[in-house]
Amino acid sequence: MRIFVCLKQVPDTETRIQIKSDKSGIEEAGIKWVINPYDEYAVEEALKIRDAKGGGQVTVVSVGPKSRVTDSLRTAMAMGADDGIVIDTGADYVDTFAAAKALSEAIKKEGACDLVLTGKLAIDDNAASVPQIIAEMLAIPHVTVVSKITAAGTILAEREIEGGAREIFEITGPCVLAANKGLNTPRYASLPGIMKAKKKPLKELTLADVGVSSAQLKTRLKDFQLPPEKPAVKMLAGDPAAQAKELVRLLMEEAKVL
Amino acid sequence: MAKVFVFLESNGTELKKGSMELLTAAQASGREVIAGIMGPGAKSLAPKAAHYGAKTTFVCDSPDLGHYNPESFTEAVCSMVKESGADVVLASSSVMARDLFPRVAARLDSGVASDCTILKLTADNITVRKPLYAGKCTAEVEFVNSPVKFVLMRPNQLPVGAADAAASASIKDFAAPKTSGKIQTKDMVKGSSSKADLTEANIIVSGGRGMGSADNFKLLDDLANSLGATVGASRAVADAGWVPHSMQVGQTGKTVAPSLYLAFGISGAIQHLAGMSGSKVIVAVNKDGDAPIFQKANYGIVGDLFEIAPKLTEEFKKALHK
Ligand SMILES: Cc1cc2nc3c(=O)[nH]c(=O)nc-3n(C[C@H](O)[C@H](O)[C@H](O)COP(=O)(O)OP(=O)(O)OC[C@H]3O[C@@H](n4cnc5c(N)ncnc54)[C@H](O)[C@@H]3O)c2cc1C
Ligand SMILES: Nc1ncnc2c1ncn2[C@@H]1O[C@H](COP(=O)(O)O)[C@@H](O)[C@H]1O
Repeated sequence: MRIFVCLKQVPDTETRIQIKSDKSGIEEAGIKWVINPYDEYAVEEALKIRDAKGGGQVTVVSVGPKSRVTDSLRTAMAMGADDGIVIDTGADYVDTFAAAKALSEAIKKEGACDLVLTGKLAIDDNAASVPQIIAEMLAIPHVTVVSKITAAGTILAEREIEGGAREIFEITGPCVLAANKGLNTPRYASLPGIMKAKKKPLKELTLADVGVSSAQLKTRLKDFQLPPEKPAVKMLAGDPAAQAKELVRLLMEEAKVL
Repeated sequence: MAKVFVFLESNGTELKKGSMELLTAAQASGREVIAGIMGPGAKSLAPKAAHYGAKTTFVCDSPDLGHYNPESFTEAVCSMVKESGADVVLASSSVMARDLFPRVAARLDSGVASDCTILKLTADNITVRKPLYAGKCTAEVEFVNSPVKFVLMRPNQLPVGAADAAASASIKDFAAPKTSGKIQTKDMVKGSSSKADLTEANIIVSGGRGMGSADNFKLLDDLANSLGATVGASRAVADAGWVPHSMQVGQTGKTVAPSLYLAFGISGAIQHLAGMSGSKVIVAVNKDGDAPIFQKANYGIVGDLFEIAPKLTEEFKKALHK
């Protein structure tokens, strides 16, 4: 079984975001880069499926500047992935469409593909789009926000929808599944794992190798801004009964949200 | 005249609020509004679309479409968008639309801006902004080389106009697409809650570790019932198993943007704030006056939530159910 895991590198969740003076993006200096949290669930699930089948190959793929995303690929290999592919963007911007094109072309180049696992959303661009676009480009089904996978013959993928309701899809053949929190508990890389990862194969591709150019971008981001400052908090005094009464009055008369 | 296609969702009998917001914006733009509705009962909703400005409503109301299927919905919505001739497509950032539209957009060789919070649509232009880095900043999404511009708007960001009960729309039927059978709905599991989903809720009452136990969430259920609110939680609480993961708000939970967010016993970690700082009005109740949540709150109460929550339930009942 050949499983691909798409892995994006994103700023750590604690990062304080600062905007470049020309508003064209964020200041990247000093940012600590990590594996997108949802992608860790995807890596873990791939390893579990491979090991339950008693064999196979888990390949982690990332589109981004090679100089930094290689680290995250090595981390995933230290968790247990077999090999990696980095599609180097250098300093070029890629939108969700271009990232999906690069990922799907890289997967096609490898020949066989039984399953593609991704995160449900990258916490930087908040797009939740790349998995579906990859599936469209590979002409295979997709299921997003997946919280449970059973891979025995056909694949059963459970996803959460509104109000805690869930729907379960049955899929025949290769597909793209986008992992949600709750799917599993990602393992940590062990020390021997880290040592082994250094020797695992890492293929390097350029955007040109996968047929992606800036002329294909569908969207660009501009005019970055920090959110407007909130007015200072109004603290309510008195005993609980008085505080409750005053809050309800303020919500109705001042904030007008009720 | 320029056109705009608006994808509508309902709870079966009523259009969702987010859908009405989009119809209102579409109508105000001066463009011709074409609406699309999927699933059994779609036809009965067409008049409602007209009341909010749709000139034409496309319906695909086959019983086969009772459950969402990415394959058949993609196929049907692509036909609708092509038939409409619109170069702008609006949909709510719902669980279904977020799954569906990136694929529809890709099939039409176009781009998608998801989870937008600002939309300015005119007869000849469109400007959208979206939060990035979990709400720590925002940016404008500019469409380039995108024949159709797909925009998914977060609910509760735009006003709903007045309904014009006299308005009517022409209806066009679309046949249910044939499918490959490669992906099929196997089963549906009903949710525990009949309330609005967190991502669409207008009011959210959330509890953190300060709630102390799963049982104590009963306090928040009561409060939520008095307000017609949906209950959420911090990660600490979801990880402790007091509530299901589906209730978690934050960077690795749901991003919410209600009109009112009430946080009880939540400290206000950056990853929690990331999921709810887009709320219009935030109320924090915490026994620790230095809790970071107060820096994001509009109204704060320093005190014991076990004393405050029941009193608030009483007050809301008095004020709202007179
Ligand atoms: C990668 C990553 C992703 C994360 N994603 C999320 C996420 O999506 N969502 C999320 O919420 N967190 C997330 N976290 C966790 C986050 O960092 C915090 O640990 C978590 O939000 C804390 O939850 P809490 O506020 O309920 O608990 P605590 O921080 O323990 O706060 C409890 C609060 O309750 C107050 N309190 C206690 N008793 C009472 C009482 N009787 N009355 C009033 N107040 C009381 C205390 O003063 C305290 O402020 C993430 C962390 C990481 C590293
Ligand atoms: N540049 C990228 N490289 C590798 N995988 C990516 C990239 N961008 C997105 N993905 C995958 O697609 C998922 C959803 O991302 P997004 O659509 O950007 O929110 C992520 O969790 C990753 O698994």
